[in-house]
Amino acid sequence: MNIIENIGQYILFLNRVFSKPERGRVFFAQIIKEIYKLGVNSVGIVVIISVFMGAVISLQTAYNLVNPLLPDYLVGYTTRESMILEFSSTIVGLILAGKVGSNIASEIGSMRVTEQIDALEIMGVNSASYLIFPKIIAAVFINPFLYILSVFVGIGGGLLASSFANVVSVSDFLYGVQNDFIPYYITYSLIKTLVFAFIITSIPSYYGYFVSGGALEVGKASTKAVVNSSILILLANLILTQILLK
Amino acid sequence: MIELKEVNKSFSDLKVLDDISIQFEAGKTNLIIGQSGSGKTVLLKSIIGLHEVDNGHVYYDDRDFTQMNFNERKLIRKEMGMVFQGGALFDSLSVEENVRFPLDMFSEMNEDEKIGRVKFCLDRVDIKKAHKLYPAEISGGMQKRVAIARAIALNPSYLFCDEPNSGLDPVTAILIDKLIQEITKEFNMTTIINTHDMNSVMEIGEKILFINKGVKAWEGSSEEIFDTENQSLNNFVFASNLFKKIKKEL
Ligand SMILES: Nc1ncnc2c1ncn2[C@@H]1O[C@H](COP(=O)(O)OP(=O)(O)OP(=O)(O)O)[C@@H](O)[C@H]1O
Ligand SMILES: [Mg+2]
Repeated sequence: MNIIENIGQYILFLNRVFSKPERGRVFFAQIIKEIYKLGVNSVGIVVIISVFMGAVISLQTAYNLVNPLLPDYLVGYTTRESMILEFSSTIVGLILAGKVGSNIASEIGSMRVTEQIDALEIMGVNSASYLIFPKIIAAVFINPFLYILSVFVGIGGGLLASSFANVVSVSDFLYGVQNDFIPYYITYSLIKTLVFAFIITSIPSYYGYFVSGGALEVGKASTKAVVNSSILILLANLILTQILLK
Repeated sequence: MIELKEVNKSFSDLKVLDDISIQFEAGKTNLIIGQSGSGKTVLLKSIIGLHEVDNGHVYYDDRDFTQMNFNERKLIRKEMGMVFQGGALFDSLSVEENVRFPLDMFSEMNEDEKIGRVKFCLDRVDIKKAHKLYPAEISGGMQKRVAIARAIALNPSYLFCDEPNSGLDPVTAILIDKLIQEITKEFNMTTIINTHDMNSVMEIGEKILFINKGVKAWEGSSEEIFDTENQSLNNFVFASNLFKKIKKEL
């Protein structure tokens, strides 16, 4: 299938996904389940990479501040800015595209090849909406919290690393973290996070939903899902940055 | 009753179903038999609307399913149950939740009624202890039985089974066949079963459609199948040594 056909099919697919759920109560229960699966289960990985990235950013900044005219508090400042602007939205988005994306694509894909999706359809359930709508809502709801968590944990990691390595004092670091804060950057990154959440759930769902064949094809679809959602995240990042920071 | 009138289905250049017409009767186990690749699964999926037919009609008790839109079909879907070749149980749900699923989605029952109905269906297929287990934790034969329980949860008028006993030992296979037949009589369902198993044909073949390369080649009952003059059916029926031997003795 060429790219135009794929986009067309994706749009038709989304049209099926966003239709009125069969049963409100079932739908709500699904959302809670997905929040747990996609959000709560990702807390661990988000915390780990954020701590380390915050730590590395602060050390790199400290070791590059050779000019004595530059103040020490820049270490805290840079760590905060990197986390808020780019790291906690885009990099965490990419990591989740790998973790959540492959999970979704293989889950939906194996439901397709074992005829579970057919079983839903024959009952009269709109399978696309039943399976995927709750995932998208759950990610769009929970990912902003993961973003906020990542920012705080990252700054904490920076603080720990730079004070252990003795490159900057705690008070200087904290001064830098609070210096020159622009709240709009948070808005900008939250918007990115929402868009990425949509990409991370809808693209892998799409690849999983249209698998045909067996376990091998499910694996391939899962790879394609991760690669393409990562590319789309980078593309969306560029476009949103141009629009929102201009 | 389900009636097919001149049903045709192709995939790009490949003609899979060629002008199939037949009536499947209520309260009977109707079998679709034929060699692998003859089009049994495609025919079954065309009847239930997982494939759209190219032309021709499928009537559910005189209601033309092929002409309906999604919402009209949905009403008929509530009267259908399907047992898929691999069971197709939802693997994120327990046995009990699988059977309960159609009730949650489509019935107006209260909690007690649902629990009662789930128990009734699982009892009916003789699942006694596995209620809380997940599909991956039960045997293939049990999966098939749970799939049957799920298919009859909403008390359907039409039951479809794609090779319900494939991959099972001969004893379990016949148990499953018999179970489907009993349920069919009990609830007066129109049941259509895909199979290439001659044991099933002999045990429960009340009405049989034999398709050969997508064409209806023969129709009749298990009593008539040994006397057929049809060469392709003969080759199918007497493929195994066992049935060759039976033929000699007849
Ligand atoms: N989705 C599809 N796209 C293209 N061709 C298909 C499709 N589904 C089935 N076919 C073709 O239709 C023909 C009939 O297939 P079908 O699955 O109905 O056979 P079958 O009688 O069920 O065989 P088996 O007993 O092995 O299950 C085969 O040649 C198959 O390749
Ligand atoms: Mg088949």
